[in-house]
Formats: sequence, C-alpha cells, structure tokens
Amino acid sequence: MSMDWTWFHRLGSPPYIYRLAGQMIPWFAWSSGLLLAAGLYGGLVLAPPDYQQGDGFRIIYVHAPSAWLSLMIYTTMATAAAVGLIWRIKVAHAVAASCAGIGAWFTFVSLVTGMLWGKPMWGTYWVWDPRLTAQLILMFLYLGYMGLRSAFDDPARADKASAVLAIVGVVNVPIIRYSVEWWNSIHQTPSVMKMQRASMPMDMLVPLLIMFVGFTLCFYAILLVRLRAEVLARERNARWVRETVIA
Amino acid sequence: MNEFLAMGGYAQFVWPSYAITILAFAVNIWLARRAHRTALEAARRRASTAGDSA
Repeated sequence: MSMDWTWFHRLGSPPYIYRLAGQMIPWFAWSSGLLLAAGLYGGLVLAPPDYQQGDGFRIIYVHAPSAWLSLMIYTTMATAAAVGLIWRIKVAHAVAASCAGIGAWFTFVSLVTGMLWGKPMWGTYWVWDPRLTAQLILMFLYLGYMGLRSAFDDPARADKASAVLAIVGVVNVPIIRYSVEWWNSIHQTPSVMKMQRASMPMDMLVPLLIMFVGFTLCFYAILLVRLRAEVLARERNARWVRETVIA
Repeated sequence: MNEFLAMGGYAQFVWPSYAITILAFAVNIWLARRAHRTALEAARRRASTAGDSA
C-alpha cells in the first residue's frame, strides 16, 4: 500500500507547471489588485491617526507587509532549493531562481520604508540594531544568491551552488523574526500581536491584514510569471515548448 | 484634500514610502512580464528555425 504521489510528480513536470501557472496568474493578479486597492484606501483614508505617531504610523501599511514578504519569499526560495537539491526536481530550482529578484526588491522596500519611518520616530534613518542589521544581511543574501547564479553558465551547476547558499542563509530568517525579542532592539515588536493585546481599533488592523494578504497574492502572481519565463528558457529544446509556442 | 496630502506633517516620510512600494510592484510586474515575453520570443525563433531545417 503506497501513497499516491502522482500530484507531486505532476508538479515536477515543466509543461504541467507552465500551463497551471498560466491558469492561476489571473486569479492571483485580480484578487491582489482588489485587495491592495482596498488596503491602500483603508490604510490612508479610513484608519484613524495613531495617538502617538499621528499620520506617520501609516507607513506600517507598506513597511510591515514588505518585511513579511522579504522573509516569506526567502523561506519559499530556500524550501524550493532544498526540494530541488534533495529530489533533483528542476522545476523546484526554477521556483527558487524566480524568487530571488522579487525578494531582493521587497527587502529593499522594507529597508527604505523602515528608514523613512525611523527618521521621524527614532530621530535617525539608521542604527546598527540587531533587526535592522539582520535585514540588511538578508538583502546581501539575496544579492549573493543572484550573483552566484549568474557566475555559472551551466544552469544545473548554478542550481546546486545557489541552493546551498539559500539553505545556509535561511538561519537568518528566524534571527530577523525573533531579533526584537532576543535582544534589546530599538525596533518595536510585531504590530499585529501588539494590537491584539492592546485591542487596537479594527479600522487600523483590518487594512493591515488586507495588505498582508494583498502583498502575498501579488507576489504569487509575479512569481508565477517569472516561473513561466524560467521554465520556458530551461526547456527551450523540449518538444512541448515547440508545440506550445507554435500553437 | 490638502490636509490629506499633508499627512499631519509626516508627508515627506509617508508619501515616499508609498511611492517606493508602488514602484517596486510596478518594476517587478514589468520585469516578470518582460522575462516571459523574451523567453517566448526566443522559443518561437528556435521553433521556426527548427522547422526550416527539417
């Protein structure tokens, strides 16, 4: 009696993934577009000003979801890289490779919006605080991953070498996540939890939760477009690609 | 409207934060679509030249 693994094998099949991604992209794109529009309106217009930070706190609606994406994308990348390395699934390596550029962008956004929030609230754009420093290291991990990939002409060797880097670098993710609890950090602890305890108004919390979901779904849409490009490029000599692009 | 744009005195921090975030989404969507278009065009070229030589 063995488990049915056909779904797993299908997910490793490039033509199947290419077609499935194409079908899923519009759903992710439209739902994220609606959520991001609602979150923007809720965060900028409906949410009341913070009693301490005034309207400056509204940076949270772009800062916290960007920081979440930067960690979620890295975890996705490292997991896909590990799956690719262990089970030798090329599609998994293609997922990992597709994650890196997007993750680097949102790490950059989290750093810049954090600086723009830090200046009025802490009086400085930057401090060498544990969380801020670990987030900067995350940026370098993404850039290192991309640099390492581009150093190889052979995609199979690029996959293996970059997968090792991605997996080793994943230790940085819990460090960032728990840095504010392990060390005395200037950075505040997670806002959603704090809001639950302090029972912050729903009109502040709901737009934030909408933004988290909107950012995540938009990432999936972008990732799947990149994945299709990656799969096409890797499979350029395959018969299914010829049949797909001619049809 | 002016009051909204002023963001209670935090305009110089709030608006650039939103601008860079929207820019990141726009750039990522554009880069991803361009990558797919480029890969499709390359695959089409290969497919048509393979057809010629056959």
